[in-house]
Amino acid sequence: MYTLGIDIGSTTSKCAVLRDGAEKLAASLALGGIGTKGPAEALDGVLKDAGLALEDMAAVAATGYGRTRCEQAGMQASELTCHALGAHAAFPQVRTVVDIGGQDAKVISLVGEGRMRNFMMNDKCAAGTGRFLDVMASVLQIPLDELGSRAVRAESAAAVSSTCTVFAESEVISLLAGGVDMDALAAGICASVAGRTAALVKRLGVVPAVCMSGGVARNDGVRAALEAELGEPILVSPDAQLFGAVGAAIYAYKKAT
Amino acid sequence: MSEEIKKHRPPPDPNSAKYKLGQIAAKAYSDAQAAKDRGEPVGWCASNFPVEIPETLGLAVVYPENQAAGIAARGGGARLCEISEADGYSNDICAYARISLAYAKIKDAPEQNVPMPDFVLCCNNICNCMIKWYENLSRELNIPLIMIDIPFNPDYEVSDGELAYVKAQFWDAIHQLEALTGKKWSDERYREVMEYSGRTSRAWLAATACARYEPSPFNGFDLLNHMAVMVTARGKKEAAEAMETLLKEYEDNHEKGVSTFRAEEKYRIMFEGIACWPWLRVTSTGLKSRGINMVTTIYADAFGFIYKDFDDMCRAYCRVPNAINLELSRDKRIKLCRDNHVEGLLVHTNRSCKLWSGFMAEMSRQIGQACDIPVVSFDGDQADPRNFSEAQYDTRVQGLMEIMEARKEAM
Ligand code: SF4
Repeated sequence: MYTLGIDIGSTTSKCAVLRDGAEKLAASLALGGIGTKGPAEALDGVLKDAGLALEDMAAVAATGYGRTRCEQAGMQASELTCHALGAHAAFPQVRTVVDIGGQDAKVISLVGEGRMRNFMMNDKCAAGTGRFLDVMASVLQIPLDELGSRAVRAESAAAVSSTCTVFAESEVISLLAGGVDMDALAAGICASVAGRTAALVKRLGVVPAVCMSGGVARNDGVRAALEAELGEPILVSPDAQLFGAVGAAIYAYKKAT
Repeated sequence: MSEEIKKHRPPPDPNSAKYKLGQIAAKAYSDAQAAKDRGEPVGWCASNFPVEIPETLGLAVVYPENQAAGIAARGGGARLCEISEADGYSNDICAYARISLAYAKIKDAPEQNVPMPDFVLCCNNICNCMIKWYENLSRELNIPLIMIDIPFNPDYEVSDGELAYVKAQFWDAIHQLEALTGKKWSDERYREVMEYSGRTSRAWLAATACARYEPSPFNGFDLLNHMAVMVTARGKKEAAEAMETLLKEYEDNHEKGVSTFRAEEKYRIMFEGIACWPWLRVTSTGLKSRGINMVTTIYADAFGFIYKDFDDMCRAYCRVPNAINLELSRDKRIKLCRDNHVEGLLVHTNRSCKLWSGFMAEMSRQIGQACDIPVVSFDGDQADPRNFSEAQYDTRVQGLMEIMEARKEAM
């Protein structure tokens, strides 16, 4: 049986096709989230790679902020449930999932089989989310991907202490003007996101094993700073960004069987 | 489609509790306006000020918190908030205060007009923001402020010392009002008011306790509307009668197996915090569409005052939710969760209400642990529509539902 998961986020769209709720046949990622061509591109891509058509799918589930407006999906689930399922499929021992997305940061606590026990999300503030990193990368005029690599090679981290994205932006600009090293700034920015995320994790309880999902999982600077804050190693899969889509396909499989 | 439904809605039954309660809430405003028109002094009164005092004296008062909620629910929240912000009030201040201070300036809001006050009655047993808000009303409008200070209580009981401190202020407030308005306190009338207030409160608490039935005979959002009468009119005969009708209806609903929750009740939650008035429909639909009934909330419970004499009444006002310590507050909520078989807790992190939201992070964690239920919170505001995101609310509520669903499946 084939099932399809579609994860329509705020900045990217992801799809995954599974056989029997376990074996990943194809996955895709397209830039552009809700309200763009991203979802259609991701869908075309995944079906092409899998060599299958939409009609071949026994069930299709959507997740992410665009989940309620996805015509192809017969069901939808929150990204919380889907990230939990996707993370569990990659790392069965995982009990805590940290997902830093474009719009929000979530920490999900799991019991066995990827079942969600509880979760905690950021409050209305953008600091501590992927958006904060986007803003800071543009202040430093470097690609987003470079933030993490610069952070890990920094000898020290500059203190970025403001809890507000706008304040932190001014703080970084003045540090930059004061000649603070770019790598140290990148490390400070990553540490700031990690610090806010760690507070969420601690409120929910740090239960190992911990893994990261979502796009920010690829940022080694944030990951290393979070490991230091939590005192726990963090598992990261190269597919971390696809956990939501894979989880949605697992969800569809569970509902269809 | 909603238009069509509206057209086919049967006229309200004048004997129903809903109709009676709606009439009483509306009459509180029209009575105050009529008193003003007759040239009598009218007051603005804080929701947890002892309403028995103006009621016994025969003074008409309106409740700015209630007015602000009405304005916010009808879409005027942002407009009035912006007026007071332009006057220099920070948007971190309680939105009820911002709306009320704006109204005091412009004196007109079609969403809910009230007569302008000749005095203001303030009690800080729910928060201290209230003091500055009422002080400013008093200064701006150049009218007297009558203030009762009820300190935060770190203990479980109300000490004799606190009682003496509060009681003296109650009498002082009465004497000030007598001097100000020429009205006279009557013990006989007070006993009558106490009687009605007790009847109203007993019926209200018994009605809210019908949530123990599964399914609950009512939609918890009903309580948020009916509560207006508890705030503004609990010492009135009509209120006692209407609440008794409400209790009877809920008991009847249970007997007949029907409910005002117009969906299958799949999950039962407790809601924490003041309603998000500007987004009432969105927040209630987000729950109802998923079969989640908000069966209980401390907010509704808070306005049931039962006491046997004047001293006991003073004690009751020292024990309102925001005046008591975290442990006692937690225990009251745990009891509600257990009595009403609650499966999850949804916390409104209300940007307006710092005191209430401030201690909720820890309190809700303890409640979740004690009752073994998931706890989910969302950001919002009771009256400022700019502090809420529908998509973020929806994700959190869906997440909560999915946890409750998975727990049921695993059982
Ligand atoms: S801050 Fe909270 S308790 Fe105080 S007036 Fe506003 S809503 Fe009421």
